Amino acid sequence: MSKDLVVPEKLGLKARSIDLGGYIQGFAQIFEGLKNWSIGIPLVLVFFALWELLPRLGLVDALILPTFSDTIKVLYDLIVSGKLLLHVLVSLQRTIAGFALSVLVGVPLGLLMGHYRQFEKISDILVQSLRNTSTFALMPIFLLVLGLGESSKIAIIFYGALWQILMNTISGVKSVDPIYIKAARSMGLSEKDLFIKVILPASFPSIVIGARLGAKIALMVVIAAEMIGAKSGLGFFIQNAQYNFLIPEMYAGILTMSILGLIINYLLVWLERKATYWKGDLSGSIH
Amino acid sequence: MDIIVAENIRKKFKLKNGQKVKNNGVVSDEVEALSGFNLKIRKGEFLVLVGPSGSGKSVFLDLVSGLSAPTGGVIYLDGKPVQAPSAKTGYVFQQYALFPWRTALSNVECGLEAKGVPKDERVRIARELLSLFGLSDFEDRFPYQLSGGMQQRVSIARALATKPEVLLMDEPFAALDAQTREILQNELIRIWEGTDTTVIFVTHSIDEAVFLADRVAVVTARPGRIKELIEIDLPRPRTGEIRSSTEFARNRHKVWLALKSEVSKAEQYTKLATGFAG
Repeated sequence: MSKDLVVPEKLGLKARSIDLGGYIQGFAQIFEGLKNWSIGIPLVLVFFALWELLPRLGLVDALILPTFSDTIKVLYDLIVSGKLLLHVLVSLQRTIAGFALSVLVGVPLGLLMGHYRQFEKISDILVQSLRNTSTFALMPIFLLVLGLGESSKIAIIFYGALWQILMNTISGVKSVDPIYIKAARSMGLSEKDLFIKVILPASFPSIVIGARLGAKIALMVVIAAEMIGAKSGLGFFIQNAQYNFLIPEMYAGILTMSILGLIINYLLVWLERKATYWKGDLSGSIH
Repeated sequence: MDIIVAENIRKKFKLKNGQKVKNNGVVSDEVEALSGFNLKIRKGEFLVLVGPSGSGKSVFLDLVSGLSAPTGGVIYLDGKPVQAPSAKTGYVFQQYALFPWRTALSNVECGLEAKGVPKDERVRIARELLSLFGLSDFEDRFPYQLSGGMQQRVSIARALATKPEVLLMDEPFAALDAQTREILQNELIRIWEGTDTTVIFVTHSIDEAVFLADRVAVVTARPGRIKELIEIDLPRPRTGEIRSSTEFARNRHKVWLALKSEVSKAEQYTKLATGFAG
């Protein structure tokens, strides 16, 4: 994350010939610039101000969109009464369980698939077909097979998060500089040590990126899963609020969801930094 | 006494699917890197391999280290055929190949870990080696925090940590600037002269070869074999001043003469057949 001033050139506003790649890069740089707190915070404030003003000025029906301040008030009450906390904890518990499972399976499997080409060749078609099947489409099957209990939700989250972690681990392993492997072999490292001491640390940055993307999906999937068949959790809370026309509660639930996602994302960004301490400060990361 | 005996070594590589090469008019999907390669290396000597690009010098180092197996022939190390990498050889690469997630000290410890040396002992040996290279103040640095010359010093220290009988060096100084290169040559020769380690050193620089070597082995254009072994009759211990002596120039000329025709042969060859680098 750069803290320099954003100059027009950096924003990609320099005169360019019509070149899509250039524009995409330009937009990417604009978004990069938005990460600067100096622009980012005011933008969020503008968003909240619009949220407050639209229903207040009668431009949007307050029944459909309650004002920001009303939503916050409801959110505050929900927090104080402890009603929300229970649902948040339940959702988090499911997310963490499913996510942990996907790391436990995805990382070792990815290390093997990335390193042993034959293994990847054999499993590639199966992995690609599973990966390209929407998790949401599979939800009914998970419910049918595993029932309405915790296991079906954890399984869905596991399935959703697995692929990003697996794919990033594989690509991380594949991009390990062969010279490291040659050096390790020349020092007489055993095959096991080669994995633990060379391949794993060398592909760790890529694995952490996969974990971050996986965690995002896990959070998304948990809400959807709780909306379909659950009696607790944030997804259930939001869905339930809508059914009972408790619209401010619904928005409070959604807002909680966003805050949760934000916290987890920054936590993982921080972890990513920690994981790449040895790379120096040259490369910025995209959140 | 000979520590390494390479007998009638042949090494072929299969090209990737669909790739072809033309050898003397014959189209083939294989490249012969070494053929009829015979070499005996004395215990404790500093042997430098020079030869045109693609003549299989690095391939030979891989064979000695046990990282790859010859297609034909046997390499004996201490009288036993080389079959797998062992602590008897240490390998230094042109690209340093330091593990970027480990500190300088921890990089040097690496080979000792593989041997199961306890932590205290590892640290002691690694510190000793780093201080030998004047890097005591940098032991906690990561590779990206070190200059190229420093990284290569750490890399040599890492290879020496397991006290190998043979140190293999594949163009270790090629990526460094001329000044650093000379400094490292001087350091290497100073440290090596205090040990009984055998060194096999690959380079493209005749000056480097003459300055370092007891013997220079000139390798032919592909497929590589030994064309000539040249004794370098410069006194030891050698210091930087020797580079400007007339004896140095005389030795240099000998190597140059042996190498000249091979290099032009290799150039012809590259024009005919591209698609293989090694």
